[in-house]
Amino acid sequence: MSAGREWPLWEVFVRAKRGLSHNHVGSLHAPDARTALGNARDVYTRRQEGVSIWVVPAAAITASSPDEKDPFFEPAADKVYRHPTFYEVPEGAEHL
Amino acid sequence: MRNETPLDTDVSAYAVRLGDDALVLAQRLAECSSRAPALEEDIALSNIALDLLGQARALLTYAGEIEGARGPGGVPRQGSRSEDDLAYLRSEREFTNCQLVEQPNGDFAVTMARQLFFSAYQLALYRRLVASADATLAGVAAKGVKEVAYHVDHAGGWVVRLGDGTDESHRRVAAAVEQLWPFTHELFEADELTGRLAGAGVGVDSSELAIAWKEHVGGVLSEATLKCPPFGETAGWRPAGGRRGVHTEHLGFLLAEMQHLHRSHPGAKW
Repeated sequence: MSAGREWPLWEVFVRAKRGLSHNHVGSLHAPDARTALGNARDVYTRRQEGVSIWVVPAAAITASSPDEKDPFFEPAADKVYRHPTFYEVPEGAEHL
Repeated sequence: MRNETPLDTDVSAYAVRLGDDALVLAQRLAECSSRAPALEEDIALSNIALDLLGQARALLTYAGEIEGARGPGGVPRQGSRSEDDLAYLRSEREFTNCQLVEQPNGDFAVTMARQLFFSAYQLALYRRLVASADATLAGVAAKGVKEVAYHVDHAGGWVVRLGDGTDESHRRVAAAVEQLWPFTHELFEADELTGRLAGAGVGVDSSELAIAWKEHVGGVLSEATLKCPPFGETAGWRPAGGRRGVHTEHLGFLLAEMQHLHRSHPGAKW
């Protein structure tokens, strides 16, 4: 297959069981959505890894860039009060 | 313990027949391993091969159990055959698979057309076999019917994509259909064995599967913009004989590759 005619790339998300969310498990090539779903079933769920699959065209994903790492994520680093564990649980509220 | 009845012998032969179909096609598909046109398709074909191998193991094991459990006079037989004995130590004339499954992989279009033709037959068969009076055959069919439904879907999708694709893919899949079509008639030929077993509520009269098969495959071919060749009485060349152990020249080579390790090193294990 010539490079210019490669099948598009798809990102695959699998839900391991009911109640859990879909997790990204990898990617694959396929000519269309239906085939991508079939391929995902064959490549990523043959050891009973899942009960539901999503495939998303990789081109449709907007991702943060490593260059934006500092402005995006650095400001959260010194704000420990955003974690619930920062606060002491008041007396009498044991099962909070 | 009751004696082995004529029905037991029939059930054993029937399980071998169904098992041989699955085993030979599994071996054919395994030849594609690492050679499919795309990595994703490589894994898909291996998955199908492994599904078929699982069915073959269950069926051949069962066939061996029946023939081993009760010899004449109800005496347990010595040297009953295991699944491995049946798979690796029978000669070509003792295999009773249909000739369709032993046909070479050819190009990808041939591999997919063969899969569609066989899987559509197997799906119709297993759907009926789940109601078999024989609990083991019914169990194998119930498990297999889900696997085979996917095989049909996968192969059918490719036949449509190739047929309704480029000029080149259309030409190739049309040639594949023409090449393999004659071998599909054998799938629906009833013989004395299927007649007796259908009568006993154990097996399926294969001629009854033809209508469902024709409808299914005809629908796929039409969607693929392919011509459906003549079927039934109007068909031309109708090779047959696989159920009696008469095969095309291809099966011998397949068995040589499949069996040589076991025959060279009896009892070899991973």
